[in-house]
This record gives sequence, C-alpha cells and structure tokens, in this order.
Amino acid sequence: MSIADTMMFTLAFRNLFHDRVQLVVTLVGILFSVVLMAVQLGLYLGASKMIVAPIDKADADVWIMAYGTKNFEEAQPIDARLRVLALATPGVTRAIPMVSAFTEWKKPGGGSNLSVVVGTDLEDGGLSPWNIVEGTLSGIGARDAVFVDRTYLKELGITGVGDTGQINGNRVKVAGLTEGIRSFTTSPFVFTTLNRAKALLTMPADKITYVLVKVAPGVEHTLVRDALRANIPDGEVLTKAEFRARSLKHWMFATGAGIALIGGAVLGLIVGTVIVAQTLYASTKDHITEFATLRALGSSSGFIHKVILTQAGLSAVLGYAFGMAIALAVTHATHNTALPMAMTWGLAGSLFALTIVMCAVSAIAAINKVTKIDPVMVFNK
Amino acid sequence: MSATVVIDKPGQAPALERGPPVLVASGIVKELGRGAALVKAVKGVSLELYPGELTLLMGPSGSGKTTLLSILGCILAPTSGKLAIAGQATEGLGPEALAELRRRHVGFIFQGYNLFPTLNAEENVKLALDVRGTKGPDQVMKAQRALHQVGLAHRMRAFPGTLSGGEKQRVAVARAIASQPSLILADEPTAALDSENGQQVMALLANIAHASTHAVLAVTHDPRTIPYADRILRIEDGLIVGEDRPPADGDNTVRKLSPGSHVRDKKRKQ
Repeated sequence: MSIADTMMFTLAFRNLFHDRVQLVVTLVGILFSVVLMAVQLGLYLGASKMIVAPIDKADADVWIMAYGTKNFEEAQPIDARLRVLALATPGVTRAIPMVSAFTEWKKPGGGSNLSVVVGTDLEDGGLSPWNIVEGTLSGIGARDAVFVDRTYLKELGITGVGDTGQINGNRVKVAGLTEGIRSFTTSPFVFTTLNRAKALLTMPADKITYVLVKVAPGVEHTLVRDALRANIPDGEVLTKAEFRARSLKHWMFATGAGIALIGGAVLGLIVGTVIVAQTLYASTKDHITEFATLRALGSSSGFIHKVILTQAGLSAVLGYAFGMAIALAVTHATHNTALPMAMTWGLAGSLFALTIVMCAVSAIAAINKVTKIDPVMVFNK
Repeated sequence: MSATVVIDKPGQAPALERGPPVLVASGIVKELGRGAALVKAVKGVSLELYPGELTLLMGPSGSGKTTLLSILGCILAPTSGKLAIAGQATEGLGPEALAELRRRHVGFIFQGYNLFPTLNAEENVKLALDVRGTKGPDQVMKAQRALHQVGLAHRMRAFPGTLSGGEKQRVAVARAIASQPSLILADEPTAALDSENGQQVMALLANIAHASTHAVLAVTHDPRTIPYADRILRIEDGLIVGEDRPPADGDNTVRKLSPGSHVRDKKRKQ
C-alpha cells in the first residue's frame, strides 16, 4: 500500500488544503524561493557555460599560453615557436596556433564596442565558430571575413551578413552569423582566420596567444602536459580541465560575480525556509488539539511527525511545480539575451532536492512543537 | 486474582459472569503544582474495572474525576500508586510505551468530541484504526461496522461540521470501539448533548459494555446517565467515597434506574 492510501496522508492533505490562506502563503514562499534559486543558479550555470564554451569547443586536450593567464579572453602573446616545441614533445599529434585578444570594434554608424577577436585557421581545426545560422564556415576564408553572434548585432552596430565594421583601421565584413556564442565579458567574439586576427590585433607575425595541443589517443593528458612543461619552461601548460577550472575560478570567484549569484540562491533558500517554517508552524499550532487527540488515541510521535512532514512534502512538490513553471518561462525569455539563464535536468533535479530539504528543515519547528504536546490538553473543555 | 468472578446484584436472580479486571489501579495519588501551590488532586484511589460493565465516575466539579480519568487512560502519570491495563503494569513506561498501551487497549471518548474537521465520519474512524496499525480493506470494514453499530451508516460521508452534537458523539464512540479495545474511557460524554441525544449515547455505551468484553468508564456529573450504569463510583475531593451497583432488571440489554436509586454493591468471589 502506498503512502497516498493511508489516512495519515489523507489527514496531511486535507489539513493542508483546509487552511487555504496558509497554503497560499506557503506556496508563494516556496515559489519565490524556487524562482530565485532557479534564476540565480540558472544564471550561474549559463555564465559558467559561456566562460568555458571556447575552451570546450576548441579541439584541444592541452593548452599552452603565457604564464599567469587567468582566463581565455585575457591571454598575453607568446612566441609562435612554442608550437614547434610542442610538436616535438612525445604524445603530441597536433599543435594549432591561435590568437585571441580584446580590441575595439568600430561601428559603421559611429561609436565602438569592445570585442574579442579569435583567430585560427579552418584547416587546422582549432577553434572555429559553431552554431552557424547564416553563411558557411568556408566563407571565413574570404577577404575581410569575420563571423559574429547575432545576439550582439546591436552592440556591433550592424544588422547582419554583409555589413562591415572596422578593427584597428582594418575593414571587416560579416560573412556569417552564429547563435548562442556569448561572452561572459559581454564583449562579442569576432571569429576569423589566424593571420587576419593577427593583423586586426596588430600582433607581430612571430607571436600567437595559444597553442592548442591534441594528444595522441590513449595517452594520459597529464603526462603530455608534464612533458610540455619540461620543454616549455617559460610558458603555462594546462590540461583542458585545468584551463576550464582556472577560467571559471577567475570570472566567477575572483571577480565576485559567481559569489553574488550563489549568494542570491542561498538568500532564496533562507527566505523560503523561513516562510515555509512560519506557515507550517502556524498550521501545526492551529491543529494542535487534533495532534493531541492523535497522541491520546495512542499514535506514536513518529506518526504525527509523518503527518507534518507529509504536509511539508506536499507543499514542496506544489511550490516546486509552480516555481519551475515560472523559472522555465524566465529561461525561455532570456534565451536570446546576452546573459541567458540555463536550465538543465541536473539543475532542475538539484532544485527539487533543495526544495524538499528546505521544506523538511522548515518542518523542524512544527515537529518540535508537537513533540512537546501534552495529550492531557484533550480533556480541557 | 481469580480468573472469573460471579457477582450477585441485590434483587437479581441470575448471576452475571465477569472476567478478570481490565484495569487495576491501587493507591493512585496525583499532586499538581509545586510548593505552596501544590494540590493533591487524587489522594489514593484504588479501583478495578471489569469487562461487560459500564461504570460511572461521578462527582462534583474539581473532585478529581478528569484527573483520575487521565491517569487511568495513561495520559497523565500518577505521582504514586500502581496501574495495570490488560495485565500490563504502566510503572516505568515512557511516553512512547504508554502511547502503545493506549493504542492497543484504550479507546477514548471526549466531551468536545475531538473529531478531525477535515475528515468525514468514516475517515475519522479509519484514522484511529490507522494509528492502531489497521490498514487496507480491514480498516474500511471495521470503520463501517463501528458506524453501523452506532447507527450512523447513513452518515458515513458526512463531515463533522454537518453533524449534530449527538451524531458527532456517536462518531466518537464508533472511533473508540472500532478497534475493539478492552477499555473505553469517556469524559463527560453527555455534557454537550441535549437530553435525547445524551440518553442515546449512554444507551449506546451501556450496550457496548454489555454486548462485548469492553470495560467502559464514563466520567460524568450528569444524573441522567445513572439509569444506564452497572456501577457508580462516587469521587469527592480526590477520594472514592462510595460505590453503588444499581440492581439490574433482568434484562440483558440496558438496565435503567431512577436517578438517586443507589444500592450498595455486594460482591461474592467464587
């Protein structure tokens, strides 16, 4: 027999729906908490995805960069001959040069916007634009061609493919559009070829920003990393996972952005817990004579605790359902913005678990109240 | 203690057989408050309750009736004295063990009914059975049988808010008897009822006592309840000051006496 078939469940369910005002307050509290947690954690997740997207999409197992590089966008130039040193290292199958740096994009209609120029050669297979929605990847080799994300058309002062801009006095022409390639720095990525990127960034020919290393199948990435470190003592060599972690750590924690987002989620959890605890306590107090009657009839403390926890659980499920409906609507609404909120099955599951824990913790005060019930009160007239 | 006791009631021909006492209390004392405010609510009460009998505990307000009922129902711990229900001593038992004892052996009927307003009549009875561990079809069958027994088969789906006072108390009686406890304790069961409903409830309690192995103890100060009693214990100032056993009329169903007609019980142990 399932729990839903028991009178304990029926009592919890009826008591919950009998106190309509308290139920509404409880659900609003949980809903507020779920939405706040979902938005904050969704933004955290979305931001995290943005931060690591270029690292994840690059065809590299190990990254070589300037010593002390904190994140993908802010790397300093390194000597291009490091690529040769990398290729000479056992276990390395490919070493692809890439440049990436901030620079000003001058809008055709006046004004400028900071952008991040990323350049690799298509035939090398380093980091090409992905999610292309207009134009073809081969078009990136055309004269002055660049690919940008359509989310940033307004920031770049253009309307689409064929429009032009200027970077460091060099004309660039939009040859293709991507969708969903956003930058945590809010500076749009501008994808182009390696040499054109160097020209746009006025970078010397013997300089690059990264060497993207592909490790031979079956070889431990950390072993190759160590070998590269031995060969390239003046550079920084990180595995993909290490570079991801470093970039995330910098943007999310060194800048405080992530702490603010997680802090908001924690605040939502606390506010939700307090509201649910108050309403559950009030409901328990309202039904205290009933609980005393149950005790007088011989119910165990556990039976009464289950009634309260079932009420808390039902509230959690309902509040979560309403809260997630709103959170999904917000996720959809932010889909095409510069800072999209992410929602994954994992986050949805975590939020459900957090909601259940929140309501269970909220039930402690109410459980404490009924634990102290003196069943003698049933004889009070 | 003998397994079976046969009693004679004065003026009664047939002797009634009764089993061993369901409840044995000896030297029960209950002190309430502390220091200068200390009050002895119960001052050394000893009594036994037998199956098949409706016993009234009568006394004026403040005489200790309800305190004694709370102690006999294992809800309130005595300051001193011994109590055993269905052969199980309560001394040294913790709250959970006492709850289990109540669950297994005691049914309560309260003056204020104490029904659950969000549950209908059948569900109220089923909840009490759920507490006692009776689940599934057995729970439904026992709940419906108890409601049939109290004449509320037609009101099973009615919620307490739509029931009359008498009906509510009959639901409370059904709740108390559904799991067939050996002891039923009723606190002023007729106090909130009019004369007709009060008589119906008392007749019900008397029938329940006589038709089964229940021992029923009702605390009351309502003289209208006397005609239904097999035995009347009088309590004053925390002490049992008298015990009356009204004569039976030979009828096996409900024995009625005129209020105030109290005959001293004579017991003869076999």
